[in-house]
Amino acid sequence: MNLAVRDIRHSLGRFVLTTIGVGMLLMIVMGMGGIYRGLVDDALVVTRGVGADLWIVQRDTRGPFAEVSRLPRSVVDRVAAVPGVTDAREFVFHTIQREHRGQPLRMGVLGLGWPTDKGEGLPLIAGRPLAQNHFEVIADATLGLGLGERLRLGKETYTVVGLTSGMVSSGGDGLACFTSRDAQAIQFNEPGESARLEREARRARASAIDFGRTQPGVLERASGPSRGLAALPGPAISAVIARLAPGADADAVLRSLHGWSDVTVYSGVQQEDLLLKGSVDRARRQLLLFRVLLTLISAVIMALIIYTLTLDKLHPIALLKLIGAPNRVIVGLIMQQSIIMGVLAFGVGWLLGQRLFPMFPRRVILTSDDLLRLAGIVLVISIFASLLGIWKAMRVAPNEAIG
Amino acid sequence: MGEPLALETSGLTKVYGHGHTEVVALRDAGMRVRRGEIVALLGPSGAGKSTFLMCVGLINPPTRGRVAIGGVPVLDGSRALSDLRRFRREHIGFVFQKSNLIPFLNAVENIQIVGELIGRPAFLARRRAMELLDALGVGARAHNMPTQLSGGEQQRVTIARALANQPSLILADEPTAALDGTRGRQVMELFRDVAHEHGAGGIVVTHDHRALDVFDTVYEMEDGVLKPAHRAGIDAAVGHPTAR
Repeated sequence: MNLAVRDIRHSLGRFVLTTIGVGMLLMIVMGMGGIYRGLVDDALVVTRGVGADLWIVQRDTRGPFAEVSRLPRSVVDRVAAVPGVTDAREFVFHTIQREHRGQPLRMGVLGLGWPTDKGEGLPLIAGRPLAQNHFEVIADATLGLGLGERLRLGKETYTVVGLTSGMVSSGGDGLACFTSRDAQAIQFNEPGESARLEREARRARASAIDFGRTQPGVLERASGPSRGLAALPGPAISAVIARLAPGADADAVLRSLHGWSDVTVYSGVQQEDLLLKGSVDRARRQLLLFRVLLTLISAVIMALIIYTLTLDKLHPIALLKLIGAPNRVIVGLIMQQSIIMGVLAFGVGWLLGQRLFPMFPRRVILTSDDLLRLAGIVLVISIFASLLGIWKAMRVAPNEAIG
Repeated sequence: MGEPLALETSGLTKVYGHGHTEVVALRDAGMRVRRGEIVALLGPSGAGKSTFLMCVGLINPPTRGRVAIGGVPVLDGSRALSDLRRFRREHIGFVFQKSNLIPFLNAVENIQIVGELIGRPAFLARRRAMELLDALGVGARAHNMPTQLSGGEQQRVTIARALANQPSLILADEPTAALDGTRGRQVMELFRDVAHEHGAGGIVVTHDHRALDVFDTVYEMEDGVLKPAHRAGIDAAVGHPTAR
């Protein structure tokens, strides 16, 4: 006869309410783990989507995800010329926050290397890839934009031609994919007045130096667009991504690129590592601490609940001892209740999580490994939580059933 | 050699505290109960009756003295069986003033658990429990929880539980205190019948002198001293139902 089940049945209401309470706590523990997994997954969406073997970034920087990286566009052609590299593309990525429909709209702007990359590899859920090298955008569904919707960014208007799912930046902002040129235009958009002021300032600087005074053409060009000045750089790109030819000697390519004094090269794995350490590591540690604290709190609450349930049963426990029940029967009664509560609370937490986590603003990913690990921890907690109750039960004398 | 006694005690002494706080609750108590014999134990409150039951029930071992149950010497001075709780569940049945049923088990489960504790398969323990409930007239209430039973029904279930392990010895501490006179007498008669029928010795602590004629033997206890009661006094008490 299972005494634990019968006792639970006897005080079902309280047991169910308590289990739901512990379950909600465990749901939060699960959620914390899921948020961390979501952070990692979101952070790696771009790098994995790009599928680059090598990341070439500004010298001595850690790449576009960790800090500002600026490279001249010419690096793309230089990398493409290295033996063993089969494909080199510019990588443009930045985050913007603009106003749209009277609401702030924050997005990660990702440049696609038109015409090689039109976004065919993106996880499209509606619409199509880019069909022209300007004024089209593929937006993630989390941005709340609809197909055909027009978006004013800087001086230009872009039309949403495709929608993706699960494409977010490491900060959780939905990604919008433009051609690299458009992405740069959005990044380096400068109001007309600002351009006029900058040209005037350039002209004043040039006229103050010998170079400007002796070369009249310089003054003339300083008043025009910056692209007319050979000394002034064109819009920079964040990085160059390269794919190696099948069978290529990766070490030889790396050695070759390491010899360049203006760039730093990372493998795809190294870039992911830097990304995680740079942007997610602190959040991961924070979430881990929260999980540990919540797990401990769950353990303490469970222990107190089991202890209270045991206090309510002291008379029946004394009676069991009186009729000669061995200690293992009493230990089994308390421990089984604790384990049943832990297992049910875990189930409640999981079920609630399935309903609630999709409503969270950031992705919550529950992996089987994480769930199994938590289930193991809950089992251990349940056993430990019952020890206080067992200790109390062991101190009950059988004659207390009579008194 | 005759059949072993259901209970034999000698020199049973229980002392609480020590020094100037020492209280002697039981003094050299000796009692012999045959199988099928039912014994009443009378005495005022605080006389040591419950202490005696606790000692022979192996719940609160005596300070010194000897206890043999069913011919097995379970306590002898400082020596005791290694597992008194096991001996208790296999050889002793308890009935107390309050019904003392496990609140989260129904009537039949309260009895069945005793059978399972002594190692009977669940179905046999349940069958035996149902037989006992039927025999005690509460078979129809087998699936009711204790709170759904009347005081008399609860007491019958408790008696059934005390018999579930086919004990050598049944100990009852004021089992009729919560019952009216008629119902109390019925319970006492029930004790006598089951003790006779099951061949168990029974000791019933009671204040109810009206039903003393039901018992085979009557003992009195005062200030921890146990002695057989005078038959004349008992007859007088039975003849005058108001005498207490």
